[in-house]
Amino acid sequence: MTTGNTIVTQPDQRRKGFTLSPLALVVIPLAFLSAFYFYPIFSIVRLSLAPAGTLDISAFGKIVGSSYYLKTLWFTLWQAVVSTGLTLAAGLPAAYVFGHYNFRGKGLLRALSTVPFVLPTVVVGAAFTSLIGPNGVLNTLLMGVMGLEKPPIQLLGTIWMILLAHVFFNFTVVLRIVGSFWANLDQSLENAAAVLGAGRLRRFVEITLPLLSPAILAAGLLVFIFDFTSFGVVLILGGSQFATLEVEIYRQTVNVFNLPVAAALSLIQVLFTLLLTIVYTRLQTRAARPLNLRPTQQTLKRATTTPARLLIGATVTFMLLLLIAPLIALVVKALGDGVQPLSELFINRRGSYFYVPPVVAIQNSLLIATATVLASLFLGTIAASVLAYAGQTSSTMRIRWSAFLDPIFMLPLGTSAVTLGFGYIISLDHPPLDLRASPILLPIAHTLVAFPFVVRSLLPVLRGIRPDLRQSAAVLGASPWRVWREIDLPIVARAMLVAATFAFAISMGEFSATALVARPEFPTMSVVIYRFLGLPGALNYGQAMVMSAILMLVCSAGIILIERARFGDVGEF
Amino acid sequence: MILSHPGIALGGFFVAISGSRNIRCRRGKQMSSIHIVKRLMITFGTASILLAACASAATPAATAPSATKAPELTAPTATPKATVAPKATVAPTATAAPTATTAPTTTPAATSSAPRTLTVMTHDSFTASDDVLKAFEQANNVKLNILKSGDAGAALNKAILAKGNPLADVFYGVDNSFISRALEAGIYEPYAVTGASIPAEFSGDTANPPQVTAIDYGDVCINYDKAYFAQKKLALPKTLDDLGKPAYKGLLVVENPATSSPGLAFMLATVAHFGADKFLDYWKQLKANNIKVVDGWDAAYNTEFSGSAGKGSYPLVLSYASSPPAEVVFATTPLTVSPIGTLLGDDMCFRQIEYVGVLKGAKNLDLAHKFIDFLASAKFQEDMPLQMFVFPVNPQAALPDAFIKYAQIPAKPARMPADEIAKNRDAWIQSWTETVTH
Repeated sequence: MTTGNTIVTQPDQRRKGFTLSPLALVVIPLAFLSAFYFYPIFSIVRLSLAPAGTLDISAFGKIVGSSYYLKTLWFTLWQAVVSTGLTLAAGLPAAYVFGHYNFRGKGLLRALSTVPFVLPTVVVGAAFTSLIGPNGVLNTLLMGVMGLEKPPIQLLGTIWMILLAHVFFNFTVVLRIVGSFWANLDQSLENAAAVLGAGRLRRFVEITLPLLSPAILAAGLLVFIFDFTSFGVVLILGGSQFATLEVEIYRQTVNVFNLPVAAALSLIQVLFTLLLTIVYTRLQTRAARPLNLRPTQQTLKRATTTPARLLIGATVTFMLLLLIAPLIALVVKALGDGVQPLSELFINRRGSYFYVPPVVAIQNSLLIATATVLASLFLGTIAASVLAYAGQTSSTMRIRWSAFLDPIFMLPLGTSAVTLGFGYIISLDHPPLDLRASPILLPIAHTLVAFPFVVRSLLPVLRGIRPDLRQSAAVLGASPWRVWREIDLPIVARAMLVAATFAFAISMGEFSATALVARPEFPTMSVVIYRFLGLPGALNYGQAMVMSAILMLVCSAGIILIERARFGDVGEF
Repeated sequence: MILSHPGIALGGFFVAISGSRNIRCRRGKQMSSIHIVKRLMITFGTASILLAACASAATPAATAPSATKAPELTAPTATPKATVAPKATVAPTATAAPTATTAPTTTPAATSSAPRTLTVMTHDSFTASDDVLKAFEQANNVKLNILKSGDAGAALNKAILAKGNPLADVFYGVDNSFISRALEAGIYEPYAVTGASIPAEFSGDTANPPQVTAIDYGDVCINYDKAYFAQKKLALPKTLDDLGKPAYKGLLVVENPATSSPGLAFMLATVAHFGADKFLDYWKQLKANNIKVVDGWDAAYNTEFSGSAGKGSYPLVLSYASSPPAEVVFATTPLTVSPIGTLLGDDMCFRQIEYVGVLKGAKNLDLAHKFIDFLASAKFQEDMPLQMFVFPVNPQAALPDAFIKYAQIPAKPARMPADEIAKNRDAWIQSWTETVTH
């Protein structure tokens, strides 16, 4: 078959294809966000601030004029900053150890560090109470050893409890994001600096920190937004004298039903998130640089020197004390009443219509978690790839809209779940999106929270890939899709696993989805735990603790499984 | 069983996808990166299939015990034997499960038409016996779809937001502290219940036919840890004023009225007792007496209260009059006396009444009416105490033995008209917050 032209000259063919594909694909995550985030938020804000059709911003005036709200805003800000600082300070040494050394039990310890992420706050409250409460293990020990009258550790209900709980929950974010990025860093720059005579501190400050800054910024941003929108920790562990913006939004929405003030507070919270992400993007564009990323076989070694072993030992001990001790206290409490609560879980003694066999609850949780992981990985990879590609080409136009997109992708994390949930009620109520009472809203809600995590986990690595690697492949004839598959995917596969574990943990922990929707009977493990905690009685409490222990086990198993899903030379990058 | 199908489908889908791509070693020894994604899919796929299989094996066995539970519910006095017997009877009846569960479905009343669905929106604490609800489903050829929508306040607000396009046919769970908000929003379709006569003291709406029907009530009271008071040889507080005395310094934990329904109820009790102008002085006294305020019942009862399994450090907690029987019913070792008691002084308790109503715009009006009649009927009312731990409003319904033995009913609980609550609630909460927590 002959065509008219024997020589096919399409000089802009590849360029046109390359220009079109990032644009085309970013439509997918944007469509998802528009349908399930922007549309509901817009609906509820419109209902709250313009109920009769005309915009009424007197609520903003009320907020700015009231010292109570300003004090709440100030408290929210500074506790988030301090919590983030403490989490980074605690997590960076551990990230160093995990990014440089291989040691026995590393995978298990890393998986266990993510378990706090998934526990309901009430359960964490019970765990900490049994550890450092007035009748807790530590206080009884200290009182017995030192012969004191009153318990020496009185942390419950103070600001320190809130800060400690924030570090407890978010430690794994810093550990995983910074740790896995550090493991891929090329150490030859540091070695060169050492050869040229730079001391340890100088090397760290001038070489390592700048190289690490994308990951530290990413982890810091995530932790900050989480702490800024902290709800359960402040409410349950802090007590009534502390209120963050999120707690206040909840009170105004649910208890007082003052929608204008609630919507105004929500918008202020979103605005802060937006501002912060814009600042972060600015810092990021200066910090991100193409790196020689190395596979972990080259960078991770077993510890051979004594200082290294001591450091690993100290880090492991610290992690065990901070993260694992409360969990062990929880398990001990669960088994404290004997095995009766455990066997009771499997019997429908009261003949209840709503009885959930534990296996069904586990299965539901895992189904939703699987759907969340796949959806958020899919959407997040597209979004992160588009942002990375757009940022690396020289066109200023592309840089502008990618800098605009990055904060948009982070917005769901900084929005109050209660506001979003109420938005769903009024917006998703007619076909084709009549999903208000549908169980599918659960993985959607989880994906909205997991998606920013995925983007933040993948972006530092994707931005670190040297563009000449991609360009060489393109010159050798690979299509953009093939370039992505053969260059980007192997390098980013490890970060994808980090992202998958976060998405899994977020879904199992059901962050704020309990506030969101009307749930048809599709009970997950968190729901079962809350139901048991809602009734008095030792048997109910015991079953709640046993179910929490099962949740911890299932989560750890799932995370370890995900981490082992990689193998072979490429997977271990 | 319904759940295993999506699980198997999902799992099979993933395994199929991962199997459809050929593995080809690309650059010599290195494997394609697609392999990682494949492995991820295979992992999740097999996990889903395995779990689906486990769940479908577990669900028939789970429905078996419910068939044997009905006789035990009416004989709680035989608790020492009853707690042991069910374990022995589960095993033999497991094999009889298929026959036990298939029998009810072959009643002649099962018509050829498919069952209609009745959607009921409730708060998270709604629960009932399997056989009681299933009997209603079979008698009316209906499938119940219960939407649990958060705590009472959140559920009500969701119902109000969904007013033009209701989420459900029936809404259960608003209580007398918030009923005026519901009535003002006009979310209900009036209906007068038939087949049960509910005393006038529980009516929430003066219209005829009323928009809501009372279904249950509970008394928010202060519970005390018997062991603590016996050990310290302390006399029990007899009035609200006693709680402010130095003898009880640092012993009481209550919930925040801004965030908690029992907390709000207790604050209203203090307003009813001391009056709207003096109740803040009382709270100042309590604050000087080191009262602890937490944000929810869960934290107060499970974490701070010394008489619960959480073994906290406060022997006085704001909870319910139904908590002492619950501690006996849900004890890990058989008990003959409840480890906690209730303070019964005048106005120390507040009566909370919960209502149900048909939502305006409901699609299944006749079924909704039948459901409300069912909720008010003696059968459901007698089932309620041991499930939701509330008291029935229907005078025909008999209380279970556990309640008769262990529940202490206050002689004079504090009460307040709903419209008075509606007018002043937010202002009272605001001034309370400024006095106590700031």
